[in-house]
Amino acid sequence: MSRTTERHAEDDVLAAYVAGAAIPLDAEWALEAHLENCARCRARLAVTPPLAEFLATVWTRISAAATGAPAPVRSRLLRALRTWAPPSQLLWLLFGVLVTAAAVGIDVLDATGHAPSLVLLVAPVAPLLGVAAAWTRGVDPMAELAVASPRAGLQLVLRRTVAVLVVMIPALAAAGVVTDVSLAVCLVPCLAFTAGTLALGTVVGVARAAVVLGVLWVVAVIVPSLATTELSALLAPAGLPFWGLAVAAAGAVTVLRSRVFTTLPSTNLP
Amino acid sequence: MVRKVAATELAPTTYGWHVQADGLQVRAGRRMAVDGLDLRLGLGVHGLLGPNGAGKTTLIRALATVLRPAGGTLTLLGEQLGARPDLRAFRRRLGYLPQDFGFYPRFTVREFVEYMAWLKEMPPRDVPGAVQRTIEQVGLADRADDRMKTLSGGMLRRAGIAQAIVNDPDLLLLDEPTVGLDPTQRLEFRTLLRELGEQSCVLVSTHLVEDVAAACTNVVLVDEGRMVYQGTPAEVAAAGGADDVGDNPIERGYTALLGRHRAVAR
Repeated sequence: MSRTTERHAEDDVLAAYVAGAAIPLDAEWALEAHLENCARCRARLAVTPPLAEFLATVWTRISAAATGAPAPVRSRLLRALRTWAPPSQLLWLLFGVLVTAAAVGIDVLDATGHAPSLVLLVAPVAPLLGVAAAWTRGVDPMAELAVASPRAGLQLVLRRTVAVLVVMIPALAAAGVVTDVSLAVCLVPCLAFTAGTLALGTVVGVARAAVVLGVLWVVAVIVPSLATTELSALLAPAGLPFWGLAVAAAGAVTVLRSRVFTTLPSTNLP
Repeated sequence: MVRKVAATELAPTTYGWHVQADGLQVRAGRRMAVDGLDLRLGLGVHGLLGPNGAGKTTLIRALATVLRPAGGTLTLLGEQLGARPDLRAFRRRLGYLPQDFGFYPRFTVREFVEYMAWLKEMPPRDVPGAVQRTIEQVGLADRADDRMKTLSGGMLRRAGIAQAIVNDPDLLLLDEPTVGLDPTQRLEFRTLLRELGEQSCVLVSTHLVEDVAAACTNVVLVDEGRMVYQGTPAEVAAAGGADDVGDNPIERGYTALLGRHRAVAR
């Protein structure tokens, strides 16, 4: 076997083939079959005299006809980033960072030390808009294409949610350093609201869930805390285990009901 | 190099119909837009015709598995959709162009199709070649690296068709793909449709009856969520008489069949 695979086309056969000379049909067929599989003989074919000149002419013509530089190759990193957060989500992600930055600003300016830390108060709701933008038809123009794709479902939603957290966690950490708030105390409620939005979102839609939870938090915690200048008991360090439980419960609900992320909501369709 | 032929490419299909629906019911909002539809589709190009509000888009969405049927059975590529269907495996073999498809305006055509290939879980090494091939197939090669927002309506449609066929789908669903195409582009599109129909089951919903006559092997006529007629374009044309409304035989056939169905339904 090895001897037959080692055999290559002879120079005179190649030359005759290139010149278009008459060679027996079966020899021609065998040669073409061999050329298909043998890079070495194809390379030899390309430098056989009449063909070599012809190829050179073709190349010259192509390089004359090809105007301008080749298309720019976009960065691999950008391409990878887009698989985590679609462009439509970015603006909403930045909003969370802006809210956090504004809270830091107010905390720093308000040096009296009596009012509760605004960073701590807004941390749970800061990521909500980013999470809402992850899976909302009105925000994501490619939503219907995405929902019909094999990747649709929990995995894709979680990817986009992780993108939100990857941006929000450093923002909260930085805010915590500036205003002297422990990251854990503001991070766990933040995670609970993120998971809660997805869990409630499996029932009423992610955008609506974000609005409901956001408004609830503002009315039930932020406004009373600012009015009484006393931090709500919900945000005391002792409450962390309960927030942790909420994360777990919401996560479980999201996983159990994740099938809704593979279909369009049957309401609100034209 | 010899092209490697995957075992799945040679495996015979184990199903008789690409799409098989029995008594299919699908809700769109509160309305039952598809109500008791029986449908069998095999290889070839099938034109889905019907007046506005007949349930064409809802039917296509149900076949794309983005709407869960409210009743009846639906068997797609040999897999019956049960309570917990394996949508993932099916969707890898699906091409879908929604009626109003959106895009990220800053993506180039190539990036748009590439992103869809990623969403369709194509092997990363196959993506660049497949993307280039489909962009050439729809005739957008010279605009491949232009941003989507710079394209005209017809070009956008063609980019939409490119994303639908990038994964060589076995079932291809196109909802109003010819809207915004000029006459030459529509001719080219029909040629493309015929090519695609040789290897997969293509369902094209359209308002333009003459597209169906030219490119389809089979016509599915629906009205008010029910099947009115299924047959070849020639059979539809034969159903129309000289006194029916329409400018060409197939239009006359269309109005005749629809009128007859409505008369019986009442």
